Amino acid sequence: MIDLDSIVQSVKKTGENITKRVIICAGTGCVANGSLKVFESLITTAKELGIKAYIELKEENKGTLLSKSGCQGFCQNGPLLNILPNGILYTKVTVGDVKEILEKSVKNNELIDRLCYSYNGTIYKGQDEIPFYKKQHRIVLKQCGVIDPENIKEYIAEGGYRAAKKACIEMKDKEICDMVLLSGLRGRGGGGFPTGRKWDLTRIQTASKKYIICNGDEGDPGAFMDRSVMEGNPHSVIEGLIIAAKATGADEGYIYVRTEYALAVERMKKAVKDAIDLGVLGNNIFGSSQSFTLQVMEGAGAFVCGEETALVASIEGKRGMPLPKPPFPAQSGLWKKPTTINNVETLATVPLIINYGADVFRSIGTKSSPGTKTFALTGHVLNTGLIEVPLGSTLRHIVFDISGGVTDEKDNVKESNFKAVQIGGPSGGCLTEAHLDLSLDFDSLKKVGAMVGSGGLVVMNKSNCMVNVAKFFMQFTQNESCGKCVLCREGTRQMLLMLNDITEGKADENIIPLLEKLAKAVQVGSLCGLGKTAANPVLSTLKYFRDEYYAHIKEIRCPAGECESLINYIITDKCIGCTVCTMKCPVKAINGVRGKKHAIDIEKCVKCSVCMNSCKFNAIIRG
Amino acid sequence: MESNYVKFETVCRILEENSFDKSKLIPILQAIQEEYRYLPEEILAFIASSLNISPAKVYGVATFFAHFALQLKGKHIVKVCDGTACHVKKSAGLIDALKNKLGLKAGEHSTKDNLFTIETVSCLGACGLAPVLLIDDDVHGQMTPDKAVKLIDVILGQEGAKE
Repeated sequence: MIDLDSIVQSVKKTGENITKRVIICAGTGCVANGSLKVFESLITTAKELGIKAYIELKEENKGTLLSKSGCQGFCQNGPLLNILPNGILYTKVTVGDVKEILEKSVKNNELIDRLCYSYNGTIYKGQDEIPFYKKQHRIVLKQCGVIDPENIKEYIAEGGYRAAKKACIEMKDKEICDMVLLSGLRGRGGGGFPTGRKWDLTRIQTASKKYIICNGDEGDPGAFMDRSVMEGNPHSVIEGLIIAAKATGADEGYIYVRTEYALAVERMKKAVKDAIDLGVLGNNIFGSSQSFTLQVMEGAGAFVCGEETALVASIEGKRGMPLPKPPFPAQSGLWKKPTTINNVETLATVPLIINYGADVFRSIGTKSSPGTKTFALTGHVLNTGLIEVPLGSTLRHIVFDISGGVTDEKDNVKESNFKAVQIGGPSGGCLTEAHLDLSLDFDSLKKVGAMVGSGGLVVMNKSNCMVNVAKFFMQFTQNESCGKCVLCREGTRQMLLMLNDITEGKADENIIPLLEKLAKAVQVGSLCGLGKTAANPVLSTLKYFRDEYYAHIKEIRCPAGECESLINYIITDKCIGCTVCTMKCPVKAINGVRGKKHAIDIEKCVKCSVCMNSCKFNAIIRG
Repeated sequence: MESNYVKFETVCRILEENSFDKSKLIPILQAIQEEYRYLPEEILAFIASSLNISPAKVYGVATFFAHFALQLKGKHIVKVCDGTACHVKKSAGLIDALKNKLGLKAGEHSTKDNLFTIETVSCLGACGLAPVLLIDDDVHGQMTPDKAVKLIDVILGQEGAKE
């Protein structure tokens, strides 16, 4: 039987020999920016410099530990490199910086200013000082970006699997359900259904076999919270699953991960294997009567599989098409057995509740939406990345305090540039300047026609056309509609055609009431969440940006200058005739003699914006 | 017929690894696509009879999920992310630049020599680095049309060197 205490002791003991720890972020974002090369270089360069550095915690290893972590969240500034215990965070680290870091910071505790995050002339030393981190409230993500996600012992050393042990040995199934219900934890996947109640619904079923599924099919474009948790702290998800299994009476589970998340699949598989090897998964876990087996299943690229019944169908090897509810999966799910399906972040939150109690959890967030929520903050903001804040925080806090403000096309911060935030992806809605001080929680967002969704926050500036945004989401849902319900299949198609007409200046005023009527019909006439919410982006942009729709229809004009059919590129008098644009234009649509103002042949122009971007004199504008 | 024999031997191995379990149809198809870069029609029929399910069912699953391809894809697969974050950061410009570079017309996804296939995906989950594209298994973030074209040039250079 696994002895958590002795693992903690041994990790602590070996950790005593470690004087420094250099952590390289190995989340998808940083890997894309070359963080693994930096890691390799750290190993070889340390050897060259005679610095005692190791990549493994072992008793005989004394000196610096070089380790990899999951996503640290500050993605835009990657690759990120943390040095502990100094609390230094270096950003945009390249292989060329490695030698200097080892010589100065690791050996001599010096700070290299040029590698620190700086803004407006201020240099910030580390996570304790950088506003992006300082203004967050990281509890679910606390270990993400610190511990090595591929080392189960590190997770245990940080208090991991204690909640699972407590649940298996000391608690009754009903006790766990009650505690989670009391904590007020609501599903982080979008719906916001109370997790404790969901578990209880499965618990009360009398069946010989029950299943639990972790829904990691994070298909919502613009969201990557679940990916980060699976990559950064996979064992927290497994621990949540063990607790859920005990609470509901399940003995078999699946972790369903999107195939696009290659790294998350790999880390999750390794975590499951390590957990089996160590005896955290298997028969009689922690010496209790609870047995639990777990396997990782890769999705195959269908957004609709995020819907519970469709997900179940795809695990059964069928087309991922939703079924009518009831029966709910809690009554009849996988192989017609009672099944609980929980989101990744929800499960990762559960161990915290078991460890610290429902009251502590309730002390964060709002009364009806306790706890924290992770958000993927992207789009036109200074610092994009993964953040965690208490539910009930305001958009102003997130966009301006944490992220540092809205940027323009050239990435310069300009407060007046804020236009809208799209929250909740293709099922959600948009929030405007009027909502900057709205409490972000399940109920307040519902009231204004948006939803927390899985937690994607896409910030848009004045260069984004809201009709185009609605069209983008409609294109997405139309592609992903499984085709089962006529109103969803045909309705999304017709709405998309209407939006196309509007953005191409081919629509008349009657289209708006027709669009609204159809949107409402699709809401009512679809079986699953995908169809029911497909019209949300249209309805919410119509609600808050109706003028923009009318500008397209009546004035044949796109106020944001994004809809290509309605704009032309114009060369202004600022042109000095340098001929750069004439050479860059891929279709040779610009005529001009050196020294004289050029002109664009509108017939030939494909509106690719290459000329505008290549002009050093800002002489080309969209109009 | 030697090559066909080898082909079906691989399929048999994959089927055995999944213990001829029809609920494992999706993992089976994934393994086959991994091997052949697409799902050949004769193999789909073979799987159906091996698992004792109708070819229509196998075909149904194969066409339902975006990950599966019924036509051979190029040697290098470029996936341009067109998720929300990438879209608002103008990923459309990347697609145009790449298609232009590779001489692909509207509706075409693969080059004539089958060296490249260009696809769009809804989200790669690297939104912090938008716009993003994936070439084979490598993610490239904060792309511009120029940078994207240069990446293609690098691969073309490597391919040229091999010959």
